[in-house]
Amino acid sequence: MHSTTIALIQLGAVFFGLGLLGRIAWKIGVSPIPLYLIGGLAFGHGGLVPLNGIDEFTHLASEIGVVLLLLLLGLEYSAAELVTGLKRSWTAGLVDIALNATPGAIAGLLLGWGPVGALAMAGVTYISSSGIIAKVLGDLGRLGNRETPVVLSVLVFEDLAMAVYLPILTALLAGVSFLGGLTAVGISLLAITVVLVIALRFGKYVSAVVDSPDPEVFLLKLLGSALLIAGLASELQVSAAVGAFLLGIAISGSTAENATRILEPLRDLFAAMFFVVFGLNTDPASIPPVLGAAVALAVITTATKVATGWWAAKRQGISNLGRARAGAALVARGEFSIVIAGLTVASGAVDGKLAALATAYVLLMAVLGPVAARVVEPLAHAVRKRRDATAAA
Amino acid sequence: MNVEVTPLPGIGTRQDFMIRSGRRVGVITYRDGKFELIVSKQHDPDACTASIPLSPEEAGTLAGLLGAPQLVAHLRNEHSDVTGISTKQLPVVPGSEFDGRTLGDTALRTRTGASVVAVVRGGTVHPSPRPDFVFAGGDLVVVVGTAEGLDSAADILGGA
Repeated sequence: MHSTTIALIQLGAVFFGLGLLGRIAWKIGVSPIPLYLIGGLAFGHGGLVPLNGIDEFTHLASEIGVVLLLLLLGLEYSAAELVTGLKRSWTAGLVDIALNATPGAIAGLLLGWGPVGALAMAGVTYISSSGIIAKVLGDLGRLGNRETPVVLSVLVFEDLAMAVYLPILTALLAGVSFLGGLTAVGISLLAITVVLVIALRFGKYVSAVVDSPDPEVFLLKLLGSALLIAGLASELQVSAAVGAFLLGIAISGSTAENATRILEPLRDLFAAMFFVVFGLNTDPASIPPVLGAAVALAVITTATKVATGWWAAKRQGISNLGRARAGAALVARGEFSIVIAGLTVASGAVDGKLAALATAYVLLMAVLGPVAARVVEPLAHAVRKRRDATAAA
Repeated sequence: MNVEVTPLPGIGTRQDFMIRSGRRVGVITYRDGKFELIVSKQHDPDACTASIPLSPEEAGTLAGLLGAPQLVAHLRNEHSDVTGISTKQLPVVPGSEFDGRTLGDTALRTRTGASVVAVVRGGTVHPSPRPDFVFAGGDLVVVVGTAEGLDSAADILGGA
């Protein structure tokens, strides 16, 4: 058979398989991300069926997936929302970093992956999945709850923290010196500030550049500018993903809404590809040795995220039940942990076991997160009842 | 009434207020223009017992239904300095004499001395209806007049 024919058949089989997995995921009420990862594990290196000939395409597709993930994240927030969110939640944000990045960093050091590996693992355990969390809050009808703004502003802070963190990680993974790392931080902080100022003052001009009444032109301009800026950012060592995120923030108003609508299907397609490729490049045989560490990290960082949410909600005068809900809502980790692990693997600068650990960890947390958010209320009621019963006895 | 406006980053805004019974009632406005009516739980005002998605038309209708008594109260206040005049809202009973006939046909003013100042239909207020306005069953008719005038207007519209 012609190589193009084989590639088409393989790609078709992968996408169709992902469709089936996605359907199962929504039916049982979990995020499809862990299933995509498992799908990727099942194929490729050490998997059941090797995929050949589509490597180049899947590699590029997964890079575009990361760019689109971050672009849509940026589109979700307006600059004004980011600034008010930052003002309101910076203390909670710092507590979040201290509690949730530390376990990952310690694990990285204990496993002997050096300071850069520790930094990568810190990011993996720190960043909650805003995609999973927003979906779960909507599904459970909790958007009107009083603790929900607390949860959302913690997520806003995390996303901004990513814009600083990713360039640092990218620079360190590329093996630059401490000074080079500082330069990357400087550039990214400068870029974020400039973008926020531009978005606040001149957002409509940025929007006007990409906007078009014709959906086809609009899509091409959007995708073109996103990839251009991502590429340029990558050239400046600021990480392609962050460039796309900043572009998303700069686009505002109705342009941002239309852009979200038009890009969502593309994001879903390419992001699915990204998770599969990550799974493909991870050898399933490498997972069992790190499973113990993954379970330990899952247990610890579930507790630390619940504590973060509890603390943040308490500061807003929310009752115990609401604090528990806020904590449990934040537990899910997903797409961004894999983005971080993906960067690390691509650089080859850190032990390959990190990918296996990150995969196992995200598999656990992407399933555990929505479950935690769901069971927290019945659990809290049961605890309260038991406490009342013992108090009465 | 102290309406609290809370931004929901990435989603929209929540506007709500505490009602006397201790519950929060409010609206979430999504960025794409969808509305959701929210009502908090009785024993846990942090959480919501219901969040009901509403289309713009549905939201408008609900607002009109809830706003109609306020319209009457407003008119009543306006007429309160004129002694002997009051305002009442009267339903048009489906199938009654005036279901499907015009305001002119009812000759309400000639027969009772009371005047129709507004009709509330499906949540929308039609102020100062003209004589060719066609009544339908279920309309709420806001009438201004003397006590006796309003009583006979109620009889006529009620089909008695």
